[in-house]
Amino acid sequence: MIPAPFDYVRVKSADEALAKLAEHGDAAKLLAGGHSLLPLMKLRLATPDVLIDVGRLSELSYVRDEGDEVAVGALTRHHDVATSPVAAAGVPVLAHVAGQIGDPQVRHRGTIGGSLAHGDPASDLPAVVVALGGTLVVQGPRGRREVAATDFHRGFFEVALAPDEMLVEVRVPRTVGPWGFHKLTKRAQDWAIVGAVAVTTADGLGVGLINMGPVPVRARAVEVAVAAGASAADAAASAAEGTEPSADNNGSVAYRQHVARVLVRRALEDAGV
Amino acid sequence: MRVTITVNGTVESHDVEPRTLLVHYLREAVGLTGTNVGCDTTSCGACTVLMGGESVKSCTVLAAQADGADVTTIEGLARPDGRLHPVQQAFREHHGLQCGFCTPGMVMAITSLLRENPAPTERDVRLGLEGNLCRCTGYHNIVAAALAASADPESRS
Repeated sequence: MIPAPFDYVRVKSADEALAKLAEHGDAAKLLAGGHSLLPLMKLRLATPDVLIDVGRLSELSYVRDEGDEVAVGALTRHHDVATSPVAAAGVPVLAHVAGQIGDPQVRHRGTIGGSLAHGDPASDLPAVVVALGGTLVVQGPRGRREVAATDFHRGFFEVALAPDEMLVEVRVPRTVGPWGFHKLTKRAQDWAIVGAVAVTTADGLGVGLINMGPVPVRARAVEVAVAAGASAADAAASAAEGTEPSADNNGSVAYRQHVARVLVRRALEDAGV
Repeated sequence: MRVTITVNGTVESHDVEPRTLLVHYLREAVGLTGTNVGCDTTSCGACTVLMGGESVKSCTVLAAQADGADVTTIEGLARPDGRLHPVQQAFREHHGLQCGFCTPGMVMAITSLLRENPAPTERDVRLGLEGNLCRCTGYHNIVAAALAASADPESRS
């Protein structure tokens, strides 16, 4: 399978990438690691006229300790997040989950910014960043702006990025104490049929769900129940409340909601609830 | 567009369409057909090569993205005197292949794994090979070969 023809431009800076986006608008797509975009292009589900290759912008590849937060450059590869001592010390759940994405080959290419900007609700990282209450830094012709992770995902494969903007940084608060992450897959490398993460920050417990609707879900009912003193098992009973997962050959809506309750209970138990 | 890629130590330079995938570049422009196309969907790992010393699935990398990079394929592992690379030798000794289709990708994935983790446990090897599928289901001997190769310090080179 070969993508439809396109023009390829490799840029040397974020500013140059923005200039190219301004020039080509909707006809262009940014290419980071390409591990979400290229498969779609091979299936002809995406047919951009221009690919702007930002994959070598080392200025956007870093994991930095910034006190209360850890800042991750958008072009940091999953492998580099997974093996980052800064991530392991400050936000161990993020390092762990980055090391669970796809397989080693995928993690050598895929990036955190690419995963978030792609907007696939079955991806692992968006739900983690949502559960953490993270912040996404977006750069465009009008400068930089910050978007709360909970506001970033707008719909199925739809995120709060204008055609002339790019995601440049992901900021997440340091975590406190134990955390839990579980996903159900048929093969190790597959997307999660359902996944759940539970993590504590200075703002309290955050519970995130993977693949339980068109966007990553924050399981607020579970968080409220735990805050009110519920056990992990009792709190997890409300894990599927308000969720709208899709049904496919991996499972019905009812099955996914059941799995969500099971995985949230396990994640809560791991997180010390 | 012109891409220049060092493949197994030899500088290769070719005109390609931007949409050319690295695996097709290696097989058709360079003429190295040891790297197989299996699933063509980033799942099976048959097309695994080393790029900058790390395993990648060459069906999901554009040749343009590899412009300027060092790429190693299965043909580039054996020593100049013809001696097999320790991972290849271990596959031979431990019967690490049946039909052989997944083998080039398995060998490259294990070579990358051993560079990152020179002393893997059996579990590390199994997790490290989660991106490579063997339809003969010959995993047991593949894992045995990887563990045997890890005992040889030369397996990291």
